[in-house]
Amino acid sequence: MTTLDTHVHDLGMPGNPISAAVAASVAESGEKKTDLKAKDLKTDQEVRWCPGCGDYVILNAVQSFLPSLGIAREDMVIVSGIGCSSRFPYYMNTYGMHSIHGRAPAIATGLAASRPDLSVWVVTGDGDSLSIGGNHLIHALRRNVNMTILLFNNRIYGLTKGQYSPTSEVGKVTKSTPMGSIDAPFNPISLALGADATFVGRAMDSDRKGLTDVLRQAAEHKGTSLVEIYQNCNIFNDGAFELLKDPNTGTQWSIPLEHGKPLVFGPDGAACVVRDDFGGLRIAETNQVAAEDIVIHDATRENPAYAFALSRLSSQDLRYTPMGVFRSVQKPTYDGMMTEQLDVARVQGTADLQGLLGGGETWTVDA
Amino acid sequence: MTASTPPPIGAPNDEVSATAAHAATGGLVKSVVALDRVVIRLAGDSGDGMQLTGNRFTSETASFGNDLSTLPNFPAEIRAPTGTLPGVSSFQLHFADHDIMTPGDAPDVLVAMNPAALKSNLSDLPGGGLLIVDSDEFTPRNLAKVGYATSPLEDGSLEGWQTVPVPLTSMTLDALADSGLGKKEAERSKNMFTLGLLSWMYHRPTEGTVRFLERQFRRKPEIAAANIAAFRAGYNYGETTEAFAVSYEIKPAPMDAGTYRNISGNQALSLGIVAAGLRSGLPIFLGAYPITPASDILHELSKHKVFGVRTFQAEDEIAGIGAALGASFGGALGVTTTSGPGVALKAETIGLAVMTELPLLIIDVQRGGPSTGLPTKTEQSDLLQAMFGRNGEAPLPVIAPRSPGDCFDAAIEAARIALTYRTPVMLLSDGYLANGAEPWAVPDVDSLPDLTGAVGFATGPNAASTDGTPEFHPYQRDPETLARAWAVPGTAGLQHRIGGLEKADGNGNISYDPANHDFMVRTRQAKIDGIAASIGPTDVEDPDGDASVAVIGWGSTYGPIGAACRRIRASGRSVAQIHLRHINPFPADLGEVLARYDRVICPEMNLGQLALLLRAKFLVDVQSHTQVSGMPFRSAELAAVIQDAIDSTSTDAVPAGTAANGAMQ
Repeated sequence: MTTLDTHVHDLGMPGNPISAAVAASVAESGEKKTDLKAKDLKTDQEVRWCPGCGDYVILNAVQSFLPSLGIAREDMVIVSGIGCSSRFPYYMNTYGMHSIHGRAPAIATGLAASRPDLSVWVVTGDGDSLSIGGNHLIHALRRNVNMTILLFNNRIYGLTKGQYSPTSEVGKVTKSTPMGSIDAPFNPISLALGADATFVGRAMDSDRKGLTDVLRQAAEHKGTSLVEIYQNCNIFNDGAFELLKDPNTGTQWSIPLEHGKPLVFGPDGAACVVRDDFGGLRIAETNQVAAEDIVIHDATRENPAYAFALSRLSSQDLRYTPMGVFRSVQKPTYDGMMTEQLDVARVQGTADLQGLLGGGETWTVDA
Repeated sequence: MTASTPPPIGAPNDEVSATAAHAATGGLVKSVVALDRVVIRLAGDSGDGMQLTGNRFTSETASFGNDLSTLPNFPAEIRAPTGTLPGVSSFQLHFADHDIMTPGDAPDVLVAMNPAALKSNLSDLPGGGLLIVDSDEFTPRNLAKVGYATSPLEDGSLEGWQTVPVPLTSMTLDALADSGLGKKEAERSKNMFTLGLLSWMYHRPTEGTVRFLERQFRRKPEIAAANIAAFRAGYNYGETTEAFAVSYEIKPAPMDAGTYRNISGNQALSLGIVAAGLRSGLPIFLGAYPITPASDILHELSKHKVFGVRTFQAEDEIAGIGAALGASFGGALGVTTTSGPGVALKAETIGLAVMTELPLLIIDVQRGGPSTGLPTKTEQSDLLQAMFGRNGEAPLPVIAPRSPGDCFDAAIEAARIALTYRTPVMLLSDGYLANGAEPWAVPDVDSLPDLTGAVGFATGPNAASTDGTPEFHPYQRDPETLARAWAVPGTAGLQHRIGGLEKADGNGNISYDPANHDFMVRTRQAKIDGIAASIGPTDVEDPDGDASVAVIGWGSTYGPIGAACRRIRASGRSVAQIHLRHINPFPADLGEVLARYDRVICPEMNLGQLALLLRAKFLVDVQSHTQVSGMPFRSAELAAVIQDAIDSTSTDAVPAGTAANGAMQ
């Protein structure tokens, strides 16, 4: 179960229209319905992603696991930006806003900060959140507003038909880079940890179990959660994650992150993660190091340096890619602190508008 | 307004309504002269505290009961090098025993705290005006900084004015000799010494300033004590010195009964937003990024959490409006405050608000442009940006306050339109309104508009699918206002998706249908046009009822235009004044009204933006009169423009009583 505060705040104004509307709808349709099925979250809109797009898999995974959170669908809001992934809200029978390029975290911040009773989600892509919307993403993360950000990373611009993105590898040949991209890419996990994000995870679109597991933890986290989802664009960047998906190579190059377990991976657990001389991490052969030197994964470390070091293990070609939850720490949420300040103000003073208008130095003119 | 003797056109100051009897000076017996109005300008270095001094003098004047109007004028640099021309900061205050409309065209009294302040302000002081200077600051070094070869205090160049050199700095230091403060710290109190002197000279009440200083420096009691000592020393100096033989009395202005306070435009706007929240029942959410001259609204609103007001200082202008729109989607009254360059950044989100048809207040406190322009100076050059600065056909209502106090009512009116019609509303204030101040009659809360009826959240289905299943259609409209249905997240059964893509009429699904797009574009326009039905006819001020020339304006030019019209009427001519609150849509009858006049003059602090709209919309040959100096119009200059128009329009439009046949017009 989530720790969502399902009480609709009256914001100090008894009978405020928001609470009244919510109450009236509950009276009309019965109690809030939280025992949902996946089909309850589908809309009547035709899904219009390209056949074979990784977005379908993610949509199905989300629709299947969301009911288990026990949140009524009217209490969920999905805000998206622009791009293929940002069509997501149209296919979810929740409240939703398909906004403008890069701005979804900002819009969701206003919604989540003013309505702590809602479960707010952002669906975005690598172009949307890391290029045009990079600023909003890092500020949402540092503030720790209670929301879950799903960053679909396909390492390409799909909706504008195939230009390189801020996560494309150097040398990538696209329509706008016929001689290869010369931009150094972002590592979204490193970026989020640099902004001191309290929850950072990564999952693969095709790995239903892994994806669901990370999404659940992200949804249950209080504060901003960022989940990078590797998503295949079969039209403009097909096979981008094949190294990790292929059963023959996947286990060799993926590092599954399980809290409390040693970071051992690869066929027969032949590889592992140990500390390097400079306080970072490096890959070693398991049989060449002492068992106690192998790092035990701990996502709850206060200092983000460890999670950051984990994120730096992987290279642009995806070898040694950790998958799972990098970091999950508790810090006060922005919306929680904002509500608290309002509560404190209400204890310290009274909402006397007449007193406010006539405040300061006044003088009276007699009739 | 009290009846008064008509002043001559082109008098150096506006709104002169009686002769100021200057008593003969000389002799130790101090005389008191009654004046009906005074314009004082305080000028000094940015570090001299001129804005604070001006604000205190304003508060004293307000609590005394004079009508008043202020014009703060300061550089964009926080602290330009001390003693230089770019560092000069000034504060002008006009106060009177009658109803006034402007901070005054020119000062009667100039207080110059250093040579730079003298140099940059002297040309505004009419000959014979009273000039008080801090003689201590006229050192060779300070004189050289601003290019004075000789001291104007000694070379006779100030003979045309009543110049009174006063050693303000050294007298302040003397007064604070026992305060325990160092020289530098003690010197800082010279503005309070000056305030004390002026308070004596104009019979201002002093208790408020003492209380203010105690409050302001409650954590530094020694500083509070020093400032109060300097303030009292200045007052006592006035009483005992031979340098000032005369003090002046300006009686309180007759005002309607009620409780008054002094208020700036940004304060009034902030209070209007709080009031709009309470009167609609909606929580206020302000998303803003600091920008001059709008930041004070963010500062003020962040103090009012007790009213459920949430303030969010965003990472940029775009996030400020984005968060406000997100909050509106959640059922709050979203507000974003900014100035011109910020509006440019917000344009795309304003377009989204137009498309999603959510209520949102966008407050543009205009400043000089383009680009960074003149951040601390006033201008009205964002009108066309407000009207058209978006991609696509994206109409939105535009309204403007006319005075600092009027910002309160304008904010409530903006909220009324935003909520009733589910639309972003642009409110155009400006730097002059934002920082200027005037007495404001504190309204009775119960008399404010009740906005609860404008909210009306949907609580159940409002349509049915083809098979009869009840459904919620977010773009189902109210037949009268064309406002769409507004359901807030959390409302069971009404889940829906909105966004920037074109919507199908009614159900709001994505639609690329050509006919639907054409229909929706026209519907959004019709919704905004339809607001005219709720705003009443054009308000024309033409007391004589026979004017052939009308002056039309909007925003902060109300005061200077109004004062100019008074001059015209006082000279026996007639003129009509039309001042627009609503610029989009215009009042329904505006075209008809303008067509009645032989000549329509439109003064604006831009290059003719309203004139362009009026010409385009009504085919009226508007005479545009413009000024983009970063300063408000002078009413005397406007009066001359109006007089020329009247005199050239009609041969018999000369002042009454002077026509050859003696007939009254």
